Parts: sequence; C-alpha cells; structure tokens
Amino acid sequence: MLKTFRIGGIHPEENKLTAQCPVTEAAIPRQVALTLNQHIGAPANCIVKKGDTVKVGTLVAEAGGFVSANIHSPVSGIVSKIDKTANAFGIYTQTIVIDTDGDEWEESIDRSTELNDKIALSTDEIIQRIAQCGIVGLGGATFPTHVKLTPPKEFTPTVLIINATECEPYLTDDHALMLESPEQILIGCRILMKAIGVEQAYIGIENNKKDAIALLAEKASKYPGIEIVALRTRYPQGGEKQLIDAILHKQVANGALPVSTGAIVQNVGTAFAVYEAVQKNKPLIDRIVTVTGDGVTRPGNYRVRLGMPIGELIEIAGGLPAEVSKIILGGPMMGKAVSNLEAPIPKGCSGILMLNERHAHRGPISPCIRCGQCVSVCPMGLEPYLLAKLSENHLFEKAEKESITACLECGCCAYSCPSNRPILDYIRIGKSAVNQIIRSRKQS
Amino acid sequence: MELTVSPAPHIHGKRTVSQCMYNVVLALLPAFAVSLYFFGIGALIVTLSSILSCVIIEYLIQKYLLKEKPTIGDGSAILTGFLLGLNLPSNLPIWIVVVGAIAAIGIAKMSFGGLGNNLFNPALVGRVFLLISFPTYMTQWPLPGTSRWNYTDAETGATLLSKLKEEGYQWIDQVSMTDLWIGNQGGSLGEVGAIALLLGFAFLLYRRIISWHIPVSVLATVFLFSFALNLGGGESLQDSHIWQSAFDFALIQLLSGGLLLGAIYMATDYVTSPMTSKGMVIYGIGIGILTVVIRQWGGYPEGVSFAILIMNAFTPLINNYIKPKRFGRK
Amino acid sequence: MVTAIIILSIIGLVSASLLYIISRKFHVEEDPRIDEIESILPGANCGGCGYAGCRNFAEQCVNATSLDNLLCPVGGNEVMKKIAPILGLKAVEQAPRIAVVKCNGSCENRPATSHYEGAHSCAVVAALYTGESNCNYGCLGEGDCAAACEFGGITIDPVTRLPHIDPNICIACGSCVKACPRNLIELRRKQEPRIYVACNNKDKGAIARKACAVACIGCGKCAKNCPNGAISLTDNLAYINDSLCLLCKECVDGCPTHAIQIDKTTDGHSVLTKEKESALC
Repeated sequence: MLKTFRIGGIHPEENKLTAQCPVTEAAIPRQVALTLNQHIGAPANCIVKKGDTVKVGTLVAEAGGFVSANIHSPVSGIVSKIDKTANAFGIYTQTIVIDTDGDEWEESIDRSTELNDKIALSTDEIIQRIAQCGIVGLGGATFPTHVKLTPPKEFTPTVLIINATECEPYLTDDHALMLESPEQILIGCRILMKAIGVEQAYIGIENNKKDAIALLAEKASKYPGIEIVALRTRYPQGGEKQLIDAILHKQVANGALPVSTGAIVQNVGTAFAVYEAVQKNKPLIDRIVTVTGDGVTRPGNYRVRLGMPIGELIEIAGGLPAEVSKIILGGPMMGKAVSNLEAPIPKGCSGILMLNERHAHRGPISPCIRCGQCVSVCPMGLEPYLLAKLSENHLFEKAEKESITACLECGCCAYSCPSNRPILDYIRIGKSAVNQIIRSRKQS
Repeated sequence: MELTVSPAPHIHGKRTVSQCMYNVVLALLPAFAVSLYFFGIGALIVTLSSILSCVIIEYLIQKYLLKEKPTIGDGSAILTGFLLGLNLPSNLPIWIVVVGAIAAIGIAKMSFGGLGNNLFNPALVGRVFLLISFPTYMTQWPLPGTSRWNYTDAETGATLLSKLKEEGYQWIDQVSMTDLWIGNQGGSLGEVGAIALLLGFAFLLYRRIISWHIPVSVLATVFLFSFALNLGGGESLQDSHIWQSAFDFALIQLLSGGLLLGAIYMATDYVTSPMTSKGMVIYGIGIGILTVVIRQWGGYPEGVSFAILIMNAFTPLINNYIKPKRFGRK
Repeated sequence: MVTAIIILSIIGLVSASLLYIISRKFHVEEDPRIDEIESILPGANCGGCGYAGCRNFAEQCVNATSLDNLLCPVGGNEVMKKIAPILGLKAVEQAPRIAVVKCNGSCENRPATSHYEGAHSCAVVAALYTGESNCNYGCLGEGDCAAACEFGGITIDPVTRLPHIDPNICIACGSCVKACPRNLIELRRKQEPRIYVACNNKDKGAIARKACAVACIGCGKCAKNCPNGAISLTDNLAYINDSLCLLCKECVDGCPTHAIQIDKTTDGHSVLTKEKESALC
C-alpha cells in the first residue's frame, strides 16, 4: 500500500501531456518586467533608476521587510521604465522594465555545469545566501524560503520534506527537473538539511512519476539521510499539511504552523534553486515553466528567464491555439486565469495552461442536492456546502465556528459538485472576511 | 481577444445530477424485471403510470404555477415516479397512482421549493399518503406468479409480515427462504426480489453513487435487533434450536417487506439523508430501530416507510450536530 | 371518567403554576420607552443607523444623552421628531441623503477585455482580478449592492451593467456602501440636481483614460475653475464636497472626459443628463 493523506481527496484526469518532454531553453526575452510584489509578504524596494545598466544577476530590488524577497535582473541591459504596469490579472503594480542587450552575467556567478557536492558554507551563511539570492517557494506559494528556514524559536525541526508530488494535473515542470538534475536536487536537499540542522529528509513523489522515483532513489544512496517516498497519486497531496500527513502520519493542528510537527517542507524546484544559489552563487533569475493545454503546437517544459511576457513564451511554444479561450498560470485546480498576456511571468509560475472553448467554461448551475460529495472529498474535513451557504449569506461568525479558515482552497469540492455549484468562489470570500474579522478582533 | 476568467478550479469532475439519478434508475431495473416476472402486466401499468404522472405533474407545476424553466430533464422526477411505482401493489388503479404522484411531487417536493429543498422523501410521502387514504386498496397484495395478465382483478393474499403479525411466529419454519431471495412473495411490486435489489446495491456501490453507510447500518440494526428480540423470548440459551430460529426470524425480517428497497434506494436519497458518514450511520441505526419497533409493536405490519420518514425529519438535526472529522483534531 | 378529569386538572394546575413561577423568576426589567420607540421605528431592521436592528437602535436612543449622532435613515427626520419628546431630547434636523455610484463605466465607455464566469458576486471578482475591463477601480456589475439593498432600490441596468439607484426608494441606509468591494457608492446630500465625480480611478491619467473613456484623469481643471473651492484633488482623482457645491455646473461643462455627472430626479427616475447609453456588452 502506497502512502497518502488520510482525509478526502480526489483523482482528476492527470493529462500530463509533457511528462516526457526534456527541459528546453527558451530564448532570452527582448524585454523583461519585474513586478515588485511577486512573492508573499512586503513588496521589494526598487534600488535602480531608469537608465541604469544591469547584468544578469544584478540586484534590482531589495527585500522590503523580513517576510519579503530580493529581486535580480534576469537579463543584461538597460532599465527602461519604473512604473505601474498591469500584471497578468490586470492589476496595476509597480514594475521594473529592463530592455535586453546581450547576455552579460555578473562575475560572481559560477556558470560552469560541473557538479559541486562540497557544502562549504555554514548554517548561517547558507540562510543568508538564500535570502540574498531571492529564493522563494517555487511550488506556487512564493513564500520567501529563508523565512521558512528560520522557524520561531519554540519549534525545533526534526525532518525535511521535499515536495515533489506535483499533484496538479497537466503540470510537469518538477518532473522534468528531477529527470534533468537529480543530483543537484539531492545536494540542494543536503544544503537545506544543514540549514535547519536535521539528519533526515524525505522526498515525496507521486507514483505517476515512476522514472523520477527510480532515478532519484538510485542517486540518493550517495547522500546520507535522504529517503525517496513513493506516494499514491492523489490530489491535493502537494498541500503542505497533506504531505506531512502522508509521509509522517501526523496532522498539523488547526491554526498551528506546519513546523509544529517537526517537519519543514520545501518544493523540489526550491531545492534546485537553493543548490544553484549556495554552490554556484546564482540568484533566482530563471525557472522551468510547463506550457501545455488544448491545441498547443510545441508543448513542453521550458527554462525561461523570469519576467518574460506570458505571450512571448506562448509564441515560443507554437503560438496561441486558434480555439483558446482560457489561459491559466499554474495548474487547473489552483492556478489563476489571466486576462493580460503582456504581463510578465512571475517567480511562482509553474505552468501556462491553455484551455479551448469546450474546456474553458463551467457547466450550468443547478440546486444543491445535498449529496455530500463535497464533504467526503474535502481534505480538511470541512463541510464545503455549508461554508459556501454561510458565506453567501454573510453569516461569517457561524462560518468561523465551522472552521472556514482551515480551508486550503484546493477546489476538490467545486470539482466534485454534480450541480456545478460555485462552492469555492463563495468560501474564498467568506474565508477572507473571517480572517479580516479575526485580525480586527486581535487589534482591539 | 477576450479571454475567459473564472476562479479556480478550472476543471470539473464528470458527474452530474442527472447522471446520479439515472444510475439509480439503472440499479432498480433488475428489481423491476423481477416484479414484471411475478406480477405481470399490473406491475408495468402501475410503474409506467407513476413515472409519467410524476414527470407531467412536475412539468405542469414548474411551467404554469411557478413559471420557471422546467427541469424534468434532471431525472429526479423520473426516479421519484419509479420509486413510487415500485412501492405500490401491482393491482392499484391508475387514478390512485396519480393521486400518489400528486402527493409525492406536488406536496412533498415542489411545495418545499423543488429538488434539493424537500425535507421528506417524495416517493415515500406519496406512498404513505395513499396508505393512509386508501387502506383497503393499499393492503390487497396480488399473489406472485398467479395472474400475470390480470391487472386490478388479480388474485390477492396477505404478505408475510402481516401474516406474522396476525398469526404469530410459530410457523416461521415453513417459510421458504428461497422464495424470499428470488422474490416469490406478496408485497409492493418492487420490494420482493432480494437478490435483484442487492445486485442494484452492488452496482450503486461500484459506481460510487451511494456509500455503504446507510444501507449497511439499517440492515445490520434490523438483523441484530430482531435476532435479540427473538432470543429474549426463548426459554434457554443453551438450546441450539433457539439460536437457529432467532437467526431465521431475523433473516425473514431482512428479506420480507420493503426493508431492502427502503434501505438501499429510499433511505439513501441524497436530499433527505445526512451529509457525513458518521451522520449516515446514526440515521441508518435510527431507521433500523424504528422499523423493528413498528413491525413488532406498531399498528401496521410494515414500518420501513414510516421509519425513513421519521428519520428524514431528524436529518437537519443530524447535519447540524454530527460534523466530519476535521483535519488535525483529535 | 372522574379520575381523568382530576388528573387533567392537576396537570393543568401544575403547568400553569410552573409558567407563572418561571415568568416571575426570569422577568427582565426593561425601560418601557424602548418598546415605545421601537413601535415608532419603521421596523425594517436594515442596520442603516449603524446598530443591529431597530430594537438595538431604540436602546441606543434611550441610553443616549443627545440625539445628535442618532438617525433612523428609513424614518428620517419625521420619526426622529416623534422619538425626541419621549426621551425629552431635541431632534436635530439632518439633511436627507441619497446613494450615488461613482462610476460611469458602462460597456460602451470602458471596453471589455475579458469575460468573467463564476459566482455572481462582485466580491468574488474583486478578489480575483481587475474585472472585465482594464479599470482597477470601476464597477464590476455583478450586483452585490443590489443584493444588499433591503428595499429593492437598486437594479443593475441590463444595458450599461451599472447599478441604478431609485431615488424614491433610497433612504441612504448605507448597506450598499458597505457591500461594494470597490467602495464606489457614496451617500451624498439629496439635492436637485446632484453633481459628483462619477469615477473612482486613482491611477495616473494615461492609465485611467486608456481603461475608460469617461475616467477622471486628475487634470485638476475642475478644481481650478470651481468658484467656491468645493473640489479637491487627491490621488489623481477629483472630489466634489457637496456641502460647498453651489450647483453652478462650471465643472460639468469643463471636464474634458465628462467624468462629472449631473443627476436629476424626474418622474421617480434618476436621469443622467449625459448622452444615453446604448449598445449591449
């Protein structure tokens, strides 16, 4: 019996069309745009001026607080604009625009492909380097990694978990990365273990990536303390709490930090970025993005410079399919639909998914038949139908008692609802309203 | 180009409401075939007129009374009609069937606000309405396999449960278990064939339309409760005969009357049953206990319909107090 | 027969005395004026006064030392005048107000750049993205305000997809103001005509203008021309202070993007004097 989490969950069609596509280098974009709030936490502060010349890896914006991240230039060229531009969702945000000119890198970056498995830096130096290089959680949450590696003093981490589940349908960027750079990931894992002072690490991989499991298991014998765990394919296994439950059989208490179970979870892409930062001194300037969906001519896993316009990457992948109707940043379960293709690719973008007219729309809504499907698939053991109804009727106090804040927003409820009800749409607004109520209560 | 933007999730499972309904209809077909075999033309007439009248009544109410878009395509009226038909004797005149359909759809379903809002199972409300309004018609049970081409003039007799109630339990040794399994017994037309009903149960479980919680807890409760009742009445527990007869008695309770039909197809109605698995078990046990109590001590020989309707009334209460196991709570 | 009568009478007696004892024991002493005031109040329980329902408002009135900050927006000054003598206080006449929508982003004025599909709630759209246009501040048209109005005073115009406030119904209770996730609704002095900036876009002029033809671009012309200094400019957005506005219409004619609206009530309908909207979205 393969391990998996214990409550709820679904198994949507996997549609991993690009699972066997190796990582392809995308051309360097002619212009990049770097939004200052592309991570969770305070926006970064711009430290360049219009007209400044920058190289690949030059720091252009500094972390704007403890929970924030540095931003580096992914190209060499000239800063042409610092102003508000529309992001992928049409919201105007402060952005640094850089016109590309050649491809000159900062000298401090080691561009050799040679594997470096000697971890020379001390624990503090590692965390400092990760912060300097602007590394954030690359699974999509974009939480600054150095913050996650320094948990509050009352908690002592005992184990590191690398999240390589990639439970979202369609996405294969982590899969491609594991096949391409298994040793770098393992060294990155060792670095993270040293950073938090643990001797044990698990790499959780869903069983639909058997080649990656075999490859990593083979290479892992050289690296003490790292164990590869094959997991039953099940969504949302990549949720931090679900993954801890699946691997350690421990459930994070409601409202508590995941580290209270002793586990610190990092995405596999983050582990790779940590390797590059610590061993090669390379800041976070590129990442792998899966471009996939209905009618895409050249679907694949592309290594792209961050800040490349979404439309340009779609061009590289063969252009917009004729029938495209919806474009999603991320996977189909939790990704966000975009309205502006001129916007740049942010740090947290794991994929670009294009859906055609037939798949882009929701079915007709009918009344709730109280089948209880949403209750049985909810991985947090909540009652989505009730939470949606309470939120729709603005009964936020009742919703708080029904633990609405525990909702992961994984979408299992809306996915399974036979009546096509917009359950999660309402829960989301209820959840943010309740969080607001809780915050204002704390203040007074 | 205008892109579509909507909140996640962007994909949806394949299940729809009508699919759930039609799957249940499909699961009921073996039981319907058994009733056609034993009760002949009467079963066909009653079932068809019930389905038709339910669909037509729902259509008329939605179109002319509520002035909304009719939703008979979702299959819920068809299922209600089918279940109501299966819960009636096969010699019932059509006009009584229509009255039952009006009670089921008009009173129990549409007046509460239509699909999803009704408190009580519509088909059962229809049946109980007829049972109370037309007791003589509703307790004349055609004998199985005797008059397949007769409709209202079919030869009738008592059901096993009413015989048990009137004449006592001394003759249970003579009951043929085989007849009960295959459906060679008097009763409402769809409730007789135990094997066929269980076949449908397996199908529903396989297609994950329902979970095991309600049927199993109802059946287990009825079996254990009846078993214990009969043991309690015996003289000495050392006597192996006591155990045997208690077992037979409990098995007869399971296989006769509307218990299987009720437990598998009526009690599991999504709208009127609890949402959580814990709640479903409580609900099932409640139905089981009430069924045995009514059969044993009540005025009617059969109590499944009443038991389910009573527990329907408790469903909102169960939903309110029985919560699923939350993640990370002991 | 006799026993039955006796038993029933005993049951009756016992329950009667139980009821009596309980009603005495749990009796709550309450100011009778609360009931009196509540009966005068309209009983809409809209919460427009800022309190949880009419009874709560009545309690607040009884406890208050002056009625300066207490107004039942539904009943208005008339009701407050009836309440005042009960409490021996003086009612302060307050100018009647009405809700206005600070957006004229009809389908024609702001080109649609995407198509939204999902729960019909402005709050959901606002949390998701900019909405169906490029304007980050404009009306989303899903009707949270209409749903929040207890009196049915707001309808979403099917052509413009903007809320339409019925001046005969609106009593300025403010529930729509709270419901709008983009803070587009403002309670303003109910006067004829009403002049206000029908835009809430705080972006720079170029961005605002690109998103919507009738956006306030923050040029400041109105503020300069206003004879009474009623117009101020903050965050690229003009604001007309209604207590200073003389209704001279200088600003309306001068606004290069027609962002300033004149709103009049004729035959129970609020009419914008600007050109009619047409063309479906």
